[in-house]
Amino acid sequence: MLNFDYRRPESLDEALSLRKEWGGKSSLLMGGTDLFLAIEEEVRRPELLIDLKKIRALSGLEEKDGAVHIGAAVTYSELIHSDLVHQKLPGIWESSRLVASVGIRNSATMVGNICNAVPSAESATPLMIRDAVIHITSASGSRSVPAVEFFTGPRRTVVKDDEIVTSISVPLMKGKFGESYVKLGRYRGEDIAQVATAVLVDENWNYRIAYGAVGPVPMGIPGAEAVLKGKKPAADLIEKAKSEVLNTVSPIGDIRASKEYRLHMCAVMFEKAIDAAVSRMETGAPAYGARLI
Amino acid sequence: MVREIEFTLNGYHQKVSVKPGEKLLDVLRDKLGITSAKYGCGKGECGACTVNLDGKTVRSCLMYAVEADGSVIETLEGFQRLGKKEIQEIYQKHNAFQCGFCAPGFILSTDELLSQNPDPDEEEIKEALAGNLCRCTGYKNIFSAVKEMVEIRKGRES
Repeated sequence: MLNFDYRRPESLDEALSLRKEWGGKSSLLMGGTDLFLAIEEEVRRPELLIDLKKIRALSGLEEKDGAVHIGAAVTYSELIHSDLVHQKLPGIWESSRLVASVGIRNSATMVGNICNAVPSAESATPLMIRDAVIHITSASGSRSVPAVEFFTGPRRTVVKDDEIVTSISVPLMKGKFGESYVKLGRYRGEDIAQVATAVLVDENWNYRIAYGAVGPVPMGIPGAEAVLKGKKPAADLIEKAKSEVLNTVSPIGDIRASKEYRLHMCAVMFEKAIDAAVSRMETGAPAYGARLI
Repeated sequence: MVREIEFTLNGYHQKVSVKPGEKLLDVLRDKLGITSAKYGCGKGECGACTVNLDGKTVRSCLMYAVEADGSVIETLEGFQRLGKKEIQEIYQKHNAFQCGFCAPGFILSTDELLSQNPDPDEEEIKEALAGNLCRCTGYKNIFSAVKEMVEIRKGRES
């Protein structure tokens, strides 16, 4: 059995001072569904586990000052059962339903998902396309980092050893918009993405497009956004945008899918994701959560 | 670093000494005699280790016992005492398990589903049970058991 100490602070200040004292020797524990396995497999060898689950200040999920604020303790089950998330952050709601299974979603948190920072992280791309901001605190101060700048490599983020991610803010959209999150798994139910595509379109035909699991970090596709900008998607534009996608992504082949298959599906899923987002903005259908692939 | 933790287990107050690295599943099985929760994949994918913690199903193989300090835990062993035995009986009636390894997890997930959604459709049943794997039945009998449970409870209410 692994040998580490365990603390469960009840205030953020207490957690921050533990973090300051222990630094890189500490690991932050929330749902634990990823961290537990990282410790089992000795990818992480913390000397201290700081369990943040009892810190009330991290449990908020609310709309305030033009944004939805998601606390670090908010689980995927809470997000899925939230009308606020369903109505205001439908792409995040849609993607949250695809995270693992109920028994994992009851524990796992969105903040934990992005801090674990695997390239297929379910919440990475839906947060990036909504210009979400990650709030990070340490004993010496706080900072906010845009989701697009949060990921620095596989399992690497900008979070430092003395810091704690406290919440995520997702700005509300003005006017009509549509979103979609398309995930390629081997089967329905429990699986991580081989390719994930997230799209946002607004009533002025501005697009945001991001891909997960096809590079070392989740990535936006600004080239494709520029091709489509200001226009309703037509076949020739889609083809041009698609080639921008394929020029940007850099998938690997691994146990779950070959590089060639991932590239092929990047193109297939691009059309499906754009179609769904545009159709949702214009007609409200297909409903969020419907199968898109 | 041994510490004493306390929780409510199937309606009874429990105290147990654990080290921080001890899994909740191991403590339940080896120290408290709760053998309905099984070690399956050890990665949270198969659902065999499912227990109900503070009203929600969790993977006891992906938790340290210290995390459960102060919580309320239910396992299949408590179902009779907690008045939930009928889900087991319906599973039995439908032959919804063969080897039985997965059954406690399925029954706990069914209990959670029906407590949140008394009238789930087939898709909702499948989604709620997607994190529990069964290698014997092919799931058909499991789904029919859950559907009958829904009908029985609906009939009771009307």
